[in-house]
This record gives sequence, structure tokens and C-alpha cells, in this order.
Amino acid sequence: MKDGELLVRKINEGVVIDHIRVGRGKIILSMLGVDEKYRFVLVSNVESRKLGRKDLIKVEGWFPKKEEMEIIALVSGEVTINIVKNNEVVEKFKVSPPSRVEGFVKCRNPRCITNDEREKEFVKPLLEKVSGSPLIYSCHYCDVRMDESEILRNLTVSGR
Amino acid sequence: MDAFRNKLDGKLAALLFFEPSTRTHESFRVAALNLGMDICGFADPKASSVAKGESLMDTVKMFVGYGVDVIIMRHGKAGAVRYIAERVNIPVINAGDDSNEHPTQALLDTYTIHEAFGKIDGLKVGMIGDLRYGRTVPSLAYALSNFDVEMHFIAPPALMLREHVRMFLEERGADFHEHDVSSLSSILPELDVLYVTRIQKERIPDEMEYEKVRRSYTVTRELLKNAKESLIVMHPLPRVDEIRSEVDGTKHALYFRQASNGMYVRMALLYSILKEG
Ligand SMILES: [Zn+2]
Repeated sequence: MKDGELLVRKINEGVVIDHIRVGRGKIILSMLGVDEKYRFVLVSNVESRKLGRKDLIKVEGWFPKKEEMEIIALVSGEVTINIVKNNEVVEKFKVSPPSRVEGFVKCRNPRCITNDEREKEFVKPLLEKVSGSPLIYSCHYCDVRMDESEILRNLTVSGR
Repeated sequence: MDAFRNKLDGKLAALLFFEPSTRTHESFRVAALNLGMDICGFADPKASSVAKGESLMDTVKMFVGYGVDVIIMRHGKAGAVRYIAERVNIPVINAGDDSNEHPTQALLDTYTIHEAFGKIDGLKVGMIGDLRYGRTVPSLAYALSNFDVEMHFIAPPALMLREHVRMFLEERGADFHEHDVSSLSSILPELDVLYVTRIQKERIPDEMEYEKVRRSYTVTRELLKNAKESLIVMHPLPRVDEIRSEVDGTKHALYFRQASNGMYVRMALLYSILKEG
């Protein structure tokens, strides 16, 4: 199969996630467990008018839930989601990083209550967006702030 | 004070100090007793079931079950008090959470400043010492950002304000400036308030560096010769030697006054939260 065929291959039912920040497609697939359960195509480092370079994911038979779309946008920044049914794009919309992130990203403050060995069983990390660009979140409990790279570093893989 | 004595007769306060403290615990305890309240709880987690591995929420629920009217809580982890406050249906007062905040200290500090000057607006307030791991300075800075105050933060670079505190002050549009600890003597003549906090030795691992820092911020009578007549020196206490005892007798020394204000401010706080109607 030539590269060109990969890029244009259509899916019948599923989702096309476009405008993913370059290099983040792989993280998204493994975080959501999509790579283990569905047929997918990851196209990485393609030219984009908007981003210069981008990743693109097509997944057959998977329709992400709202929380899953928010995680995608958290990892990547704003993405475009295309829902495909019967070979047609039936819905197309943009998803931005969510205003609240519960459970998927650890607070970077080791002294935060959400990182306490005893208590973390009871209190989930909760981050609140303070700025969209640059992307900055603040821990609901200890107020420590996290930028994009800190968020990526503190993603919990078993966030499902 | 007599007007408030026993005003909260019959109310019960739980003092839950998951991190040991004598000073703040005693201040709250006496405040509650003056108001006629009954108290329960602990000043040291070693004496409680926490040491046996009980979760924080289980401990708190037990006290809520006793019918307490307010929880006064200190904890060694940042955000622990907010976590509890959002999950119980009675008032919770933060008596200090890790390096994060110590809001009742900020209340008594601002009260002390107001008492000394009759105002807070227009003052220049210098804060020196460990501004990074100490919890009193962020809370005081948050409180002062409600006023028209010029804040000067004076610390070695490694102990300067944490980033989220600085960002918060920027967002509030606070007028603040950061200086190295070596510039204390040059800034001092402008200040109305010098708020001194302790630097724990272990925060500066290099012995020589620690000595250098310590020398440059030790408050002496000599240093205060260049200060305004009206300058007040404050300290959340306990101090070690960052304010020499020779300063205690000067008109600048307000730290003991500040400490006793703590009890009154905590009485006022408890009363305003728990008074009927
Ligand atoms: Zn936190």
C-alpha cells in the first residue's frame, strides 16, 4: 500500500479526528485504548495550512464520547471531529480543551492532597482551565498551575 | 471583649490539627473558650486515630457525627482543607494547609496593620524571608491585593514567591515588586511595614549560602536606624534569630501585639460565622 492510499482511504462508520498537534496522535490513541480495540489509521506529520504540520486519525467503528473528545483536545489542543456514517460525514465540529479535567491529569504538586498516598483513593485530581492560549490549568485544591507540557507529563495512562 | 464573652455558649468546635501546632491551636482554642464554646479534637495527629491509618474523611465524619458546629483544621497537604470543606455541610476554617495558605493569619496580620495605621490603603509593605514554602506570605499577599498597597517581596531567588501566587497577583493587578534579599537595607527606608518570616536552614542546603542569606536579613537595631519612625516590624512567630531580641523594646516591634490580636480576630471570625440570625 502506498502512502497516498493511506491518506485518502475512507472509513464507512467512525470518526476522523483532524488538526491534531503533530506527534500527539499516538498519545491519544493509547490513552483512550483505541489502538487495542479498533481498526485505525494514524497519519502523522502531514502538511496543514492551519498548523504547518499535523496528525490525523481515522478510526473505524468508534464514536468518541464527550469526555473522550475533551481528553483528545486536552492532549492536542483544539481538534476537528468528523463523524462518519454510511460513508458520509454527518457531523463536523471543533472541540476545545475542557474547562474542567477530573481524574485524567495528576496535580504536579507532590504535596497536594490529591497526591497523598492515603487520600488519593478518595479525592480525584481536578484541574480548572484558567487560560486557553497559552493553555493553563489550575489545581482546584492547591491552586498550583500547570502548562501544556506539565499536563502532558502528568497524564495518567489508565485514565479510562 | 467582655461583650462577646459566652456569646456562643452551647456551640461545639472541632479542632482537627493533622499537623502539630501549638500556637495556632492554642489561639483558636482560647478564642473558642472565650466565646463560651465547647471544644473537641486534637492538637497532634499522633494522639488521634489518624496515626492508625484512618482516612481524613473518616476522621472528619466522626466529628461531624458528634454534632460539631464548626471544624477548625490544619493539614500537612495542600488543598486538604478545601477538600473537606466542600464535602461537609458545616463551616470549615483553614488553620493552615502545607505551604499553601494560612488565611486566619492573614486576617490578623491585616487587622494588626490597620490597627497601627488606621488604614491599609497607601501603605508600602515589605515581606522578607521564605516566601516560597512559608504559608503566611501568600495568604497575606492575597489579602493585601484587595487594598491599594505597594508590596515588596524580598527573598533569595530560591525562596521567592511561587509562580501561581505571582500569577494570581498579576491577574489581580496588584502593585508588587521582587527584590533579592541583599537589598533589604536599601528598600527599608521606604517601607511602612516589614513582615519577617523565618528561613528554615534545610531550605538552603549550602552552608555558606545560608550564612550569607541569614546575615543579610537579620533585623537589628542598627538596621532599623534607616527606617521610617512609623515603621512596624511584624512576624508570624515563632522566630529564631531573624529579629534580634534587642528590637523587642523598640517602637517598631509589633509582633507580640500581632500574636495576641490572633485570638481576638479568631473570636470575631467564629462569632461572625456562628452567631444566630
Ligand atoms: Zn494540587
